[in-house]
Amino acid sequence: MMEELSLHIMDVLQNSLAAGARNVELEIEEDVERDRLVIRVKDDGKGMSPEELKRVQDPFYTTKRSIGVGLGIPMFKWVAEHCGGSFRMESEQGKGTMLEAVMRLSHIDRPPMGDLVDTLLGMVVSSPQVRFVIRYKSGKGEFVFDSREVKEILGDVPLSSAEVVGFLKEYFAENLGAVMEAA
Amino acid sequence: MADKIRTLDQLRKIREETRKKMSIREGKYRFKITIPMGTSGIVMGAREVMKAFLDAIEEHGLTDVVVTQTGFMGSRNIQPVAIVEDDQGNKVTYGNLTPEKAKEIVERHIIKGEKVQSYLVLTPLE
Ligand SMILES: Nc1ncnc2c1ncn2[C@@H]1O[C@H](COP(=O)(O)OP(=O)(O)OP(=O)(O)O)[C@@H](O)[C@H]1O
Ligand SMILES: [Mg+2]
Repeated sequence: MMEELSLHIMDVLQNSLAAGARNVELEIEEDVERDRLVIRVKDDGKGMSPEELKRVQDPFYTTKRSIGVGLGIPMFKWVAEHCGGSFRMESEQGKGTMLEAVMRLSHIDRPPMGDLVDTLLGMVVSSPQVRFVIRYKSGKGEFVFDSREVKEILGDVPLSSAEVVGFLKEYFAENLGAVMEAA
Repeated sequence: MADKIRTLDQLRKIREETRKKMSIREGKYRFKITIPMGTSGIVMGAREVMKAFLDAIEEHGLTDVVVTQTGFMGSRNIQPVAIVEDDQGNKVTYGNLTPEKAKEIVERHIIKGEKVQSYLVLTPLE
């Protein structure tokens, strides 16, 4: 099981990368007044057929490999629905995929966001060829990150070089820290 | 408050400084570390292992190591995994990693050039 929402986010982002996406958008919205947390991921990867889309959300269907693998999406769906929310996926072959998980912020079983900084750092640094656009919105404001800006500045300097890693870590921590309300 | 927060603009200076340190073989890495980040990897702690690799790179000021991710690989019971490949194409797979082991791999394999035999796994990869 995954104990942090940021691990579910990482899992979903990884699926987008595995689907060959060049553009991945992550949107997180905290709405304390309406007691809602929305997590949305959109990609332009290879997409899925309607049958595949149904299958990947079904916990009783196991993929080619051993049992316990390929359960990422059903687990996330279960968490969202169990926490007074909803789960929705849309996909079109050759176009891309959209996933949206909604939860009640105050639901007693809602997993904590956890280490979103490490999640984002890990994803952005390890896939420099992909453009990530990340939006975190709350009552405190909005943080928008576009990895293309970073790559334009860095040129041929690798994202995984010492000082860049150090910078991005602090950058995410400060800017997310300024807008994140719910733990 | 806003002006205290880091802005991306500060990366320009880092780029200049890092470029000076980068080897003459421009844009060429010396080592590539690939971490499977599929569901089973994540459940078993791949994120923490990736973070430990990045922290060690930062701590030792390395500028010629590339860290990448991939999907599911190997078997569930050797996760978290890291494949370390040098610029000659020599490749080894480490398994059952922890953040501490990841740090050690950077300090011994990447920096000193000696494989950490006890963390190697020989399981054939998919
Ligand atoms: N964003 C996406 N675009 C296209 N296909 C997707 C996407 N997300 C999931 N899928 C499909 O759903 C399947 C199941 O995903 P899931 O994360 O549950 O397992 P997996 O990614 O195959 O395995 P693992 O996560 O262990 O590597 C994937 O193999 C893929 O075919
Ligand atoms: Mg997956």
